[in-house]
Amino acid sequence: MKIRTLEQLKALQGELRAARDHKPCVRVCGGTGCRARGSEEVLARFTTLLQEAGLAEAVDLRFTGCHGLCERGPLVSLAPEGIFYQGVEADDVRAIVMETLARGVVIERLLAQDPVTGKRVRREQEIPFYRRQHRLVLRFNGVIDPTDIREYIAFGGYHALGMVLTRLTPDEVIEIIERSGLRGRGGAGFPTGKKWRLARAAPGSRKYVICNGDEGDPGAFMDRSVLEGNPHSVIEGMIIGAYAVGAAQGIIYVREEYPLAVRTLEIALAQARDYGFLGEEIFGSAFSFDMEIVRGAGAFVAGEETALIAAVEGKVSEPRQRPPYPVHRGVWGHPTVINNVETWANVPVIIERGPEWFASLGTATSKGTKIFSLVGKVANTGLVEIPMGMTLRELIEEIGGGAPPPREIKAVQIGGPSGGCLPKTLFDLPIDYESLTEAGAMMGSGGLIVMDDRTCMVDVARYFMDFLRDESCGKCLPCREGTNRMYELLTAICEGRATESDLELLEELAQVVRETSLCGLGQTAPNPVLTTLRYFRSEYEAHIRERRCPAGVCKALIRYVINAERCTGCLACLSPCPQQAIRGQLKQPHVIDQERCIKCGICHEVCQFEAVEIV
Amino acid sequence: MTRLYINGIEVDLEEGTTLLEAVEHLGIEIPTLCFHPGLSAYGACRLCVVELGDGRLVSACTYPVQEGLQVRTHSPRVLRARRMLIELLLSICPGSKRLQDLAAEHQVERVRFSVRDERCILCGLCVRMCAEQMMAHAIGFVNRGYRRRITTPFDLTSDVCRRCGGCLYICPVCELRCQGPEAPSVVCGSCMTPAPTCPPVYEDLACYMGAAGECGTCVRGPRTPDRRSPDFTRRRESV
Amino acid sequence: MREVEAIIERYGAKRRHVIAILQDIQTQFHYLPREALLEVAARVRIPLIDLYSIATFYNCFSLVPRGEHVIRVCLGTACHLKGGTRLVEALERELGVREGEMTPDGQFSFETVRCVGACALAPLVLIDGRYYPKMKQRKLTQVLARLRRARPPAEVTQ
Repeated sequence: MKIRTLEQLKALQGELRAARDHKPCVRVCGGTGCRARGSEEVLARFTTLLQEAGLAEAVDLRFTGCHGLCERGPLVSLAPEGIFYQGVEADDVRAIVMETLARGVVIERLLAQDPVTGKRVRREQEIPFYRRQHRLVLRFNGVIDPTDIREYIAFGGYHALGMVLTRLTPDEVIEIIERSGLRGRGGAGFPTGKKWRLARAAPGSRKYVICNGDEGDPGAFMDRSVLEGNPHSVIEGMIIGAYAVGAAQGIIYVREEYPLAVRTLEIALAQARDYGFLGEEIFGSAFSFDMEIVRGAGAFVAGEETALIAAVEGKVSEPRQRPPYPVHRGVWGHPTVINNVETWANVPVIIERGPEWFASLGTATSKGTKIFSLVGKVANTGLVEIPMGMTLRELIEEIGGGAPPPREIKAVQIGGPSGGCLPKTLFDLPIDYESLTEAGAMMGSGGLIVMDDRTCMVDVARYFMDFLRDESCGKCLPCREGTNRMYELLTAICEGRATESDLELLEELAQVVRETSLCGLGQTAPNPVLTTLRYFRSEYEAHIRERRCPAGVCKALIRYVINAERCTGCLACLSPCPQQAIRGQLKQPHVIDQERCIKCGICHEVCQFEAVEIV
Repeated sequence: MTRLYINGIEVDLEEGTTLLEAVEHLGIEIPTLCFHPGLSAYGACRLCVVELGDGRLVSACTYPVQEGLQVRTHSPRVLRARRMLIELLLSICPGSKRLQDLAAEHQVERVRFSVRDERCILCGLCVRMCAEQMMAHAIGFVNRGYRRRITTPFDLTSDVCRRCGGCLYICPVCELRCQGPEAPSVVCGSCMTPAPTCPPVYEDLACYMGAAGECGTCVRGPRTPDRRSPDFTRRRESV
Repeated sequence: MREVEAIIERYGAKRRHVIAILQDIQTQFHYLPREALLEVAARVRIPLIDLYSIATFYNCFSLVPRGEHVIRVCLGTACHLKGGTRLVEALERELGVREGEMTPDGQFSFETVRCVGACALAPLVLIDGRYYPKMKQRKLTQVLARLRRARPPAEVTQ
């Protein structure tokens, strides 16, 4: 059916709500993390057992997008009580159906535990991981079935689009976005309203809007989760944006590494067409718009907007000089607005709740919320959305739960390969565009990687240079050869072959790569090096002067030894050792033959008694 | 007309002019490698970087003139950046006279990186020559990042190549091989003097095609394995 | 090649679709056969070198056939911190081939990938598209041994 008026949409919404609101609902997380841990089996088991128990009609079962707490998956939440079960296995499903659904008895062992009080908590909102979050873009993630547009409509979806098309002029829409203070969520933080205004003013009868879903930052999966969990919010935002700038064509560029996101989007686009939200004369207005999906073929640089344009045009993803900016000369030379997934998903919320409300969230210059993927050496890894301005400490320690003891958090890496490593001493920094940039990092798209005392910062810098020298398109000299040479220098440091003058050269080179590279990739590429040098110089110096890796990571500078006092002589490490380098007898302390040891670390991995030490 | 300021000099130019043209219009010299007036600008070697009023360094060959722009062609930052770029270039192409001369002009006196003679700086002039002037599209870039190189499809002799020699003609590094001593510093000693880098006898050599190798000029540079041999690829990957 | 023909038909022989066309060829053959590239170049009328540049630029294309099982070790930042590199070294030892290569018997291809966005599961290994979360060297050798023992699925004959 095609929706032609706002009234029709509201009527449909009422109908859908009436049909579902009184029913209990089981929501199984279908995010990638939970799927990998077997949530598909959990879902299948629910289907059979609900059938068996005769509850198939009385209980709604949904396979939703990512709930966020990936660390504890598979996750299952039960509405309306809001009971939140974690680590649910297929074999637990029978108990959930028979106990909780049929008799209302909560299963204690599947509940989350408050880390401070040790008490079991029932509801999602009581878990510290969720308590401090403000889920705006992610508000329906984990609630709705992303493959069913009616779910989105039931929660007020496409209402913002209806209002825009029936009551607002394009200029009014742009003004709303400008007033909201929304800034690009993909990295640099360019004001979204300003970008739209430039594109609207640009001469040309044909214009494009593009969703940049080339989430290439290693350690980031925000966009993936939004696309997989609530694709219609992105689509709705894009249609509104297209109306505002006067575009008739849209493109969603998604990485091929996200097959589930591509599939979910295909379904969502088809359904949006069925309901008339895409196509001719949307909401009975004179505005027509449609969009297509372009799959990225795997290139980090394609996240740079001029490189993305080249990829869409069917070329090698090489950036070019800006100006001209894409808002003036974009895809096939036409004015083009490129915003990232999260930016687009913010648009319907702003229209719905008003720019003033949106601007009341966050700080003076950074409005609204930001999604982060919190990963690395932190207890609660997962997807979080927080209001801008929250401190890093709150995010990492309260939401993330800190490092699992006995380890201690040392630093956090923000913004992927373009960002930087910030030390613990800066954890009181508020999360906003300016503060992070000033500290040498950047907001980036929202990857947040926590590092503990077992993380070598030189190794981290080297890791990012290895990534970048491979992901650089190779067009301009400073980025191609500069990242490669920085990698070489960092490798020499990690292997204890470097001198003080190498450190100077590294700094000098980093500066020039930053200043002279053609595009954003190269200009920000030295950030991991520059920030680690700025905040963790002593680690570099330890590698160079003492030939020592303080974190015990750099292979050339460490040895594995067995602590004779701790070793129980259990023989467990003998057979896995690929070198047969460990000698010992039952109940006698074992010894590693350093001549044969290749430092693979298997013994360290298998030892139950922490007797294998790194020195 | 667009008014801008180059090293403080006021100049009015037509819209669509590049900064490089503007700079040359004033008779100011800045180094270029990947630029050729007969080919599209590419902005890859970054040698022509100039400093703008807001502190950014941009490549003059690709940047359009803009109203009120302040441009500095030889600021300390620009010169420092150019020196580092030349050092990087020399480290992958020590045998090029053109690069050795640039090094001498810019007081680059040492190369601190480990030398890897690639005999190519990936400026892409040959690729553009082949595509834009010869309409052959026989060669192009393959791979990306530090693995990038220029070759024919599948590394096989191309069907569409007409052996015109345009690629050799335009190459800024294979025109003359520097014969300098193989000092550990890689910077050829003679370039440090104002005299020509290499003996004058090589000045008019110009044997880009047929006679190549006969006089020995172009093959006397430091020996390295062929870029296409499997040995070479392996060596690069193990770096 | 009939399959290539069908794929080109699906999108239309236009420059803007070449990446999608190559992606589908890659999915179908698990690599880009040379004849396929020649055919696409001819049909879409773009220089072969442009197609070759694209095929060597993007990560998802391979110009050599892949093994029966494709093992991909994630080397995203989270996986790196949690020991992804050690898994790579363990595989190199176990399989006797380097990253990006195939075992001589054609059973395994071994690749690395820069983040598949499942960072909460680090370190992660993907084997034939299936996720193996929180991988350890020991576990990996066991999985490999299981794959080696398992006979290839019987051919369906008519």
